[in-house]
Amino acid sequence: MSDNGKERQTAATPAVSIAKRQTNRRRALRTILLTGGVLGAAASGFLPLVYAQKKRLRPPGALDEKDFLSSCIKCGQCVQVCPVSAIKLADLVDGMGVGVPYIDAREQACDFSCDAVQCILACPTGSLTYHKPAFLPVREGAALAKKPILLAKEQDAEPTLNMHERIGVARLVRPEACLAVQGKGFKGQTRGPGFKGRMRYMDVDRWKPIKIADHPYDVAECDLCARECPIKGAISIETVFAPDGTQRKSPVVHEPCVGCGVCEMVCPVEPAAIVIEAREVWKA
Amino acid sequence: MSDLLKRRFVDQIKVLFGQPPAKPTKPEDISPAAQKIHFYKKGNRDLIEQKLHARAHAEHGNKWRNRRWATLILANLLFVLSFALDIQILEGALTASRFVGFHLIDLNSALQVMLAHKHIINNLLIGTGTVLVLWVLLGGRSFCSWVCPYHLLAEWAEKIHVFLANKKLVTDQTMDRRLRTVFWIVFALLALATGYTVFEAISPTGIVSRALIYGPGLAMLWVLALLFFEVFFSRRAWCRYACPIGLTYGVVGIFSPVRIKYTLDGCFHEGDCRKVCLVPHVLDTVIKGRAVDTEVPIGPDCTRCGLCVDTCPTGSLSFEIKGLQKLL
Repeated sequence: MSDNGKERQTAATPAVSIAKRQTNRRRALRTILLTGGVLGAAASGFLPLVYAQKKRLRPPGALDEKDFLSSCIKCGQCVQVCPVSAIKLADLVDGMGVGVPYIDAREQACDFSCDAVQCILACPTGSLTYHKPAFLPVREGAALAKKPILLAKEQDAEPTLNMHERIGVARLVRPEACLAVQGKGFKGQTRGPGFKGRMRYMDVDRWKPIKIADHPYDVAECDLCARECPIKGAISIETVFAPDGTQRKSPVVHEPCVGCGVCEMVCPVEPAAIVIEAREVWKA
Repeated sequence: MSDLLKRRFVDQIKVLFGQPPAKPTKPEDISPAAQKIHFYKKGNRDLIEQKLHARAHAEHGNKWRNRRWATLILANLLFVLSFALDIQILEGALTASRFVGFHLIDLNSALQVMLAHKHIINNLLIGTGTVLVLWVLLGGRSFCSWVCPYHLLAEWAEKIHVFLANKKLVTDQTMDRRLRTVFWIVFALLALATGYTVFEAISPTGIVSRALIYGPGLAMLWVLALLFFEVFFSRRAWCRYACPIGLTYGVVGIFSPVRIKYTLDGCFHEGDCRKVCLVPHVLDTVIKGRAVDTEVPIGPDCTRCGLCVDTCPTGSLSFEIKGLQKLL
């Protein structure tokens, strides 16, 4: 009976229709293939979440990582307003989300030479924000005790930066390499003559950042991190006592540190003795 | 609008989401005036003479294509120069920008961010609203053909594809157009569920726009892969079957006054327009016997690129701004 039915069906449908059916079937197959291809490529979009454990420095005012990734529209307006080009956009292989901004502090730190965290002002989606919306919690220790005072505008009527949370904390990770700890001075260009990083030096020009390579140092005891830190009271060179009782100098980070990364950028030793721990909170 | 055109209007919205266009089957599906024209075109020898005459004298212009390319290049150049020369006219990228300080935000990117982040700040709302009004006025998918930088790359890739296809070296592998709607829903759901703007990672519009402004990265490899696929396998595959941005702007363009108008009277039904069209299903009305009225507006999936207007030897397709005639 079933054979009979099949026959009747074939007889009822002309040859053109079979060919058309075949075309349709092939098209459906191709469509499924394209679907797979596009969705497969889209899966790469989740890489940042996989890599999210690896910490990286986001621009000032950035929301916590997951919220940051969900709200960033990847337009690069923060990149455009930065006077020292500290903000870069991540590429496919960086695992930070294609087109999402980050800061590589060792290459170019945020020195606040814009005076007013312009990147936050430029952000159209609130990925970078002055004030977190109420439903987003502030991690303990991420909040700054008070608005940081920018040394460059300490004499101005409004000396503070409109920041309420830090983006990281500086930490002396290689004390043995630190020139201050060793009691050594530093003379010459920190990071060498070929280094492209720029910074604003108040004694040179408040409104025009220059290359660090064009601003050589000559200090009897290295204090570059404390000397160039743009935030008041964030870091100082203190006298500390070693376990064996000998006394030596060492950079000490304090609560106002916002995690801008200038200390990491200017540190003359390779690799840097002091680095920013991205998204780290202040622990007393 | 007559009932027939209303029915077609609704049908064209279904076409936007991937349905095949409906054919008029009964005599009452076509207005009497259009029926008359269809009738006189049947077996009319003079028409063949006219066709040959029109063919012989046709001047194939590139007026609209040139205007469109100029606009597209200028818009993208404005982005590039605003950053490169620091002239600050149009800052940002296509996903979000500021035109002399005024927020503009791409509708699909905005949608992704809103769904993922579930929090909308004022700037995002202002920018999205501005762009929404702008593209409702300017024709919805006209964003695709007049602004999107990937469209231009794909248009050039299409030229290579057509050249190879004419030499019988490649054949266009068509797909199911409903796929685009599926992608739109999948990416919206992914953004909502995972809280992450997944589509932005593979959006060639965003990738190309950022590559132009901030320098190319490895993400351009994905764009090149898409172009390769379009040259050798499937003509304009991304824009036709995949891109959710196109669907978003298509929906925006449903009520847009800017559109292409088809006039049945002079049409020879040779289908040159359908051969150059990115979305030939919107031009189903030019097929002999299909036009439901003497004048038929083209549906919202049309990108208003004007290639058909340039190609038409009889001027049966033209740009129209609805209501402008009344105003003037």
